[in-house]
Amino acid sequence: MTTLGPPDSSAPRGAASRVAWAFRDGMAMTGRNLITLRRTPQLLVFATIQPLLFVLMFRYVFGGSIQVPGFDYVNYLMPGIFAQVVAFGAVQTGVGLAEDQRTGFIQRLRSLPMSRSAVLAGRTTADLARNLFVVALMVGVGFAVGFSVQTNAAKFGLALVVLLAFGFAFSWVFAFIGLSVPNAESAQAASFPIILVMVFVSSAFVLTENMPSWLQPFAEHQPVTATVGAVRALSQGGPWVADTLASLAWTAAILAVFVPLAVWRYRRSQTG
Amino acid sequence: MSEAGAVEVRALVKTFGTVRALDGVDFRVERGTVLGLLGPNGAGKTTAVHVLATIITPDAGEARVLGVDVVGDPDAVRRSIGLAGQYAAVDGTLTGRENLRLVGRLTHLPRRAAVARADELLERFGLTDAADRMARTYSGGMRRRLDLAAALVHRPPVVFLDEPTTGLDPSSRNDLWDTVRDLVRDGTTVLLTTQYLEEADQLADRIVVIDHGRVVAEGTQAELKSRIGTTVIELRMADVACAGGAREVLEAAGLGPVTGEGDALRLSAPDGGRALLQAMRALDARGLEPASAAVHEPSLDDVFLALTTPGEPGAVPA
Repeated sequence: MTTLGPPDSSAPRGAASRVAWAFRDGMAMTGRNLITLRRTPQLLVFATIQPLLFVLMFRYVFGGSIQVPGFDYVNYLMPGIFAQVVAFGAVQTGVGLAEDQRTGFIQRLRSLPMSRSAVLAGRTTADLARNLFVVALMVGVGFAVGFSVQTNAAKFGLALVVLLAFGFAFSWVFAFIGLSVPNAESAQAASFPIILVMVFVSSAFVLTENMPSWLQPFAEHQPVTATVGAVRALSQGGPWVADTLASLAWTAAILAVFVPLAVWRYRRSQTG
Repeated sequence: MSEAGAVEVRALVKTFGTVRALDGVDFRVERGTVLGLLGPNGAGKTTAVHVLATIITPDAGEARVLGVDVVGDPDAVRRSIGLAGQYAAVDGTLTGRENLRLVGRLTHLPRRAAVARADELLERFGLTDAADRMARTYSGGMRRRLDLAAALVHRPPVVFLDEPTTGLDPSSRNDLWDTVRDLVRDGTTVLLTTQYLEEADQLADRIVVIDHGRVVAEGTQAELKSRIGTTVIELRMADVACAGGAREVLEAAGLGPVTGEGDALRLSAPDGGRALLQAMRALDARGLEPASAAVHEPSLDDVFLALTTPGEPGAVPA
């Protein structure tokens, strides 16, 4: 029962064990976040209802007025919905971190001899698992409203990998934002305009050709459009390599910029 | 290393925007002792603890834990400290047991050791029955105990307690005090911040009083109290005019400087009961009758009045 004596935990020796410990710490945090997710089912319900409403609205309300040559609109729509799901899901990464910051839980973690990247890695990994769940659900919803895969299972599988990788990268963007604001409400408020522009000024729901010419350059050259393009080609046929590579390149570029930024913000975040 | 105190802070400065939260703070905690860092809200107590716990980095000055610089080798510092605080930073959606196991894993205990340690701490903190309930269902006192248990998972030799009893009911507070005493008996060094003189009085070997980011006094309880008188007498007179008259009477009776506003009067004295008798006699002789009279231990306000405004009435007992 004594608390005196040398601490039980020992120092990491060498780079290899540091990486191993960062991985273990990240897994421990992922586990914690998944438990939290399971015990607050309303988070999952809200994450599901919103895209469900989008599917119903675009499929049955706006869909009749949107013409996309060469596509049944539901087949054009669903890849956009999938991208929307992972992009909106990424916002929750920042919201979760901001909430942990507000409650002081992150302070406790910052005083522990754990890897500095584990809090972020654990959060983004858990959110990847959540995205996987919600996307799977939305694929089911898609099939129920008439969506069909015109290619094959392998290509559709690749589409989902591309999609989830993009969602994972996007999570790091909002991790950075979530750590830069004082609470969950601010995280939500700060993230929403960004996500709205990224998702709607893209090819997710409509053709970019019909947008004003000044908007087209952005709409055509941004990560959501690339990802939607890849998922669309991989599920509906047509040339898919260029879009897939573009999406993966965006994913890599976002990770390259925002992982260091978010970790830097985590190290620096100072709550008085 | 053997010369180093458990905690050494020198000329520590930390600024948030335009606020100088720490404005050149020095103090030292010897191994195996309890230092009470006493001060009002915003004095810089929490900032000092956060610097020592490597949560924030200081702008200037030096802070060492067991001889290790908090900026130079934060990981080594983190292995030897535990932090528990007023916000009870546990995860509300995890159970008590899960919280402790998580901290065990994150402090790199072997898995089996983390499980055993969690059970041991739940038992010790009287949380075994609630171990598998989500922490958000806990009472305030239980949350604090879980928070403190989480700080002890890796058996840190130095523990920081940031206002551990703020907002607790008296019985939970007493329980927590007992726990801190047990820790100290086991040889742990404790740095405790508090707004309550009584708490520092109960637990600390030495007290450092800080205000506006500066150390304004330091010493044992006895040393600090001797600077302000051990007790405070509060009298309430019928009206302001009576209070003015009574003030003159009391000062003339040698009961020292009298403070207070309106119809209230305050004076401090080393022996409260005796001073109260003297005051009553002096007032009675002039036909003055207080509406109420009370004797109490000096509050933090009294300490501050005495320590931060030297020379003013009420500051230094004759």
